[in-house]
This record gives sequence, C-alpha cells and structure tokens, in this order.
Amino acid sequence: MINEKSQKSIRRQKALSERLQKISKSKFYLIQDEVFKYFGLFCTILGIAVLIVFLFNLFVTAGSRIDWGFLTNLPSRRAAKAGIYTAWVGTLWILVLTTIIALPIGIAAGVYLEEYNKKNRFSSLLEVNIANLAGVPSIVYGLLGLELFARFIGTGESLLTGALTLALLILPVIIVSTREALKTVPYTIREASYALGATKWQTIWNQVLPASLSGIFTGMILALSRAVGETAPLIVIGALAFVPFVPTSVFDSFTVLPIQIFNWVSRPQKEFSVNAAAAIIVLLSITFMMNGIAVYLRHRWQKKIKW
Amino acid sequence: MKIEAKNVKFFYGQDQVLKDISMSIKKNTVTALIGPSGCGKSTFLRLFNRMNDLIEGARLEGEILIDGVDIYNKNINVNELRKTIGMVFQKPNPFPKTIYENVAYGLKVNGVSDKNIIEESVEQSLKQAALWEEVKDKLKKSAFALSGGQQQRLCIARALAVKPSILLMDEPASALDPISSIKIEELIYQLKSSYTILIVTHNMQQASRTSDKTAFFYMGELVEFDDTRTLFTNPKKERTQNYITGRFG
Ligand SMILES: Nc1ncnc2c1ncn2[C@@H]1O[C@H](COP(=O)(O)OP(=O)(O)OP(=O)(O)O)[C@@H](O)[C@H]1O
Ligand SMILES: [Mg+2]
Repeated sequence: MINEKSQKSIRRQKALSERLQKISKSKFYLIQDEVFKYFGLFCTILGIAVLIVFLFNLFVTAGSRIDWGFLTNLPSRRAAKAGIYTAWVGTLWILVLTTIIALPIGIAAGVYLEEYNKKNRFSSLLEVNIANLAGVPSIVYGLLGLELFARFIGTGESLLTGALTLALLILPVIIVSTREALKTVPYTIREASYALGATKWQTIWNQVLPASLSGIFTGMILALSRAVGETAPLIVIGALAFVPFVPTSVFDSFTVLPIQIFNWVSRPQKEFSVNAAAAIIVLLSITFMMNGIAVYLRHRWQKKIKW
Repeated sequence: MKIEAKNVKFFYGQDQVLKDISMSIKKNTVTALIGPSGCGKSTFLRLFNRMNDLIEGARLEGEILIDGVDIYNKNINVNELRKTIGMVFQKPNPFPKTIYENVAYGLKVNGVSDKNIIEESVEQSLKQAALWEEVKDKLKKSAFALSGGQQQRLCIARALAVKPSILLMDEPASALDPISSIKIEELIYQLKSSYTILIVTHNMQQASRTSDKTAFFYMGELVEFDDTRTLFTNPKKERTQNYITGRFG
C-alpha cells in the first residue's frame, strides 16, 4: 500500500521534471523574449526618429538665420532686422531669479517634510497636496501670479512677478525631488552622526544635505528646464512680446524666448516663421544644455557614492 | 561602578523587549553581550547613548546610571552625553567624505575649530585604532576607498576622536573577514586600558577571547552575568549551557 503510493509519487515527479524540461527547451519563451526586444527597440527608435526629423527640418529652415546679429539685435517690425536679444536676456534673468527664489524655499520645505515632519494626518494631507500641485496646469499659476504678485503685492508686469510665478510653478517638483534625494541617504549615516554627539541640524547640514546635493540639483535643473519653456503663465502676467529694451532691474518689464517665438509664429509673413524656427533652435539648445548638466551631475553622483 | 542598569524595562510601543534587567559594569573592563537573535542585545546597548530616543513610540522604565548620574534625567543634554560614549555599528558606516574628515567630524560638531588640535587628534585616534600606518599617506582620499576592515577601524577611530570614556560596539566584526576580525579583537584588547567597552557578538570565541565579563540574554531577560571564564566553562543556568554549546539559538 505504502509502496504503491510512493511509486505513484515518483512517477508524478518524473512526469513533472520531463514537462519542466520540455518547457524550458520550448522555443516559445525565447521567441517571446525576442519579439518584445525588437518591439521595444522599435518604439525607442520611433521616438528618437521623430525628434531627429523635427530637428533636421528646423535646421534646414532656420539654421542659416542664426548669426551674431540675430542674437544681438533688438526686436523689430522688419523680420530680417529682428533679433532675440531682449528675449534671451529675459530668459536668462528669469532663470537666475527663479533659481534664487525657488531653490532655498524648495530645499527647506523638502528637508522639513522629510526630516522634521511628524507622521500624522495633517502631514499626509500636506504631502498629497504637494503632489497634486505638481499637476496643476501652468496657466492657473499664471492667474495666481497675476492676482497675488502683479496686483495685490504690486510687483506689476515685471521680471520679479514672472520669476515668483515660475518659482511657485516648479516648487512642488523641487520639493519632491529634494525629498527623493534625502531618502537615498541611508539611516546608518545619520545614526553615526548622532552617535558622535551631533544635533539633528548638524547632522542634516553636514551629512545628509551634502550627500544628496547632486540629486537635489539634478531635480532643480530639470524643473528649471521646464520653466524655461513655459509660456502660458508669463503671457497671463503680461510679459510683453515687444520689448524694445533689455531689462536692467527686476522691476523692468520683459519678454522671454517662448513668448517671442509664439509672437513670431502668429504673424502671417513667412520671414517671421523662419525667425521663430531660429529662436526655437536657441531655446532647445538651452534646454538640452541644462538637461546635459543634469545627466552629468547624476552620473557623477552615482559614481561617487555607493552606499 | 562605571555603568549601572537598574530594573530596566524597555518597550517598542506595546512590545516589551527588555524585562527587568539590572547589571553593573566596572571601569576599564570589556563586557560581552551574547544571546540569540532578537533577544534585545542591541536594544540594551543603545540605551547607554540614548540612541533609542530616535525611535518613535519607544519607552524606558528603570534607571541607567553612568558615573552615578541618571542619564535619562531631564537635565541631561543628549548630545553632550553621546560625545562621552562612542559607538561602533555592525556594518562599517563611514561618512561619504575623506578619511581625515571622517575622524575630524566629531570634533567639529562639538565646537573644536583649532586646526592644529584637530590634526593632532586625527593622527592620535587613527594610531589608537591601528589604522594610521595604512592611511597616513591618503588622508585626503575618500573613506569609501578603504577595505571593509579598514573602514570599521576608521569608524572606531572616529568614535575615539571625541575622547569618550565608554565604547559601545554592536557586532563590530560580523561583517568582516577573519583577519580583519582578529585585528578588531586585538584592538579591543588594547583599548581596554583606557575605555569601558561593551560589545555585542554572536561569536562565542570572540566573546571569550575579548571580554572580562559576559552577559547572556534570552528573550529580553538577562539570564546570566558572570566572569567570562566562569560563564563559558561553568555556567550556572541550563539555558546558558545550551546556548554556548550551540544546542539552540
Ligand atoms: N525599531 C524597532 N521597533 C520595533 N521593534 C523593534 C525595533 N528594533 C528592535 N525591535 C524588536 O526588539 C527585539 C529586540 O531587538 P534587538 O535588535 O535588540 O535584538 P538583538 O539581540 O540585537 O538581535 P540581533 O542579534 O539579531 O541583532 C526584537 O524582537 C525586535 O524585533
Ligand atoms: Mg543586534
């Protein structure tokens, strides 16, 4: 009786191992793997190909339009004489100001939420809302900026209003990426610091922040490269397309590259759309450069620190 | 007595993990804490530099005295306390900074800014930790470039730099190869003359080689605490006997 049972079981096991062998030999899984590999490759190439065609087209239309004059001329009603001097200087201003405003606030908020905030219902409400803020359409920020900064505080249609608005826009992203960067610092490092008599502040300032700095900066740059391309909120707060002078203080009115592009594209003459294409090349160069820096920082960071 | 624990009970939330432990430790001795995993050795060790304070919902009953002072007294400054009690962790955890900065960090956060003093202490601490000869030419190199055993000795040097009187070591050699592990043991033997050392270990040989006294913990209770020689050759409790001969745990 017992013998019979065990023989049955042996037979079952044998059948199973035969089946397992068959499956592992079967071509189906290999093919499945191959198919997915090529499908993935195809999708990747498709995305890049579209981008390349687009860039190629841009350069053919407008490559020759970019010269020293184009970068240093003031805007003009005549397409051939018009340049993007005020636009790229405005973009630079906005970049610097937005960084100055958003970076300290974003890092401080991120550090607070990650390191100091006690876990309770209020804090999870706060967290969910910050995540939500990152998804609010940018034009809503524009309206907020118009009401709050331009009118209520009275900074008008100035660079300052623009920078404050964009800072608000990218704050959620900076806060979230700061927290992500802080999370990568292992608890053992904090523990080691506390065990030496360091206070919480000393631990965060001397150990946690430096160890997560390149992560924070990567997030910051990616957020900024999004801000550089933003048009809608700046149009709402009244950034002008035709500014015949370069801003010299934060209270001056201004324009930025995307608005200049938008303005040129909306004109009927063909010469202006060539101008727009040329300005797009400049704008893209700026964002690609910023993304390049972010990739470089991330790469260096990963090489330097292996926990 | 350098260290005294009086009727210590410890809770993580509702879970009581230490059950009425009393224990006295003499100055300049090495005490080994042994026992099966999860019996509360680390928890007990971390009471002495109040590292358990960082855990939410943790609660202590009873008293812990160091040099006769209740360290859980309201007037005690935790950061000051931790400065006088060095800690070495199971996994080497150097800061992602240079070797020099690792050792100097404790001094800097405690307000020492005189460069000469810092330089002197760094050298002295590294010598005490038997690491100086190996790193003296690469003090400005990243601590991550050191081997695991060297990193652990660096962590010891880092703890020594702030001139503690007590050294807490939580399985300091368990992540190391046998040779590095022996080096740490030799080091403990040398440090004994100037420090009171508590060491958690799962290695019976290590406990018997390095310590003067051994405490055997089981499920949150201090089962037996005696001279190491006595405990290993002639344990009074059957549980201890079973554990050290490897019959359970
Ligand atoms: N932060 C914590 N929160 C809740 N429970 C904890 C915490 N840390 C430890 N414990 C529990 O307390 C008990 C004692 O843990 P402890 O780490 O002190 O054991 P140990 O003797 O050091 O074990 P090991 O030899 O594995 O390191 C265990 O049951 C563990 O699950
Ligand atoms: Mg432990």
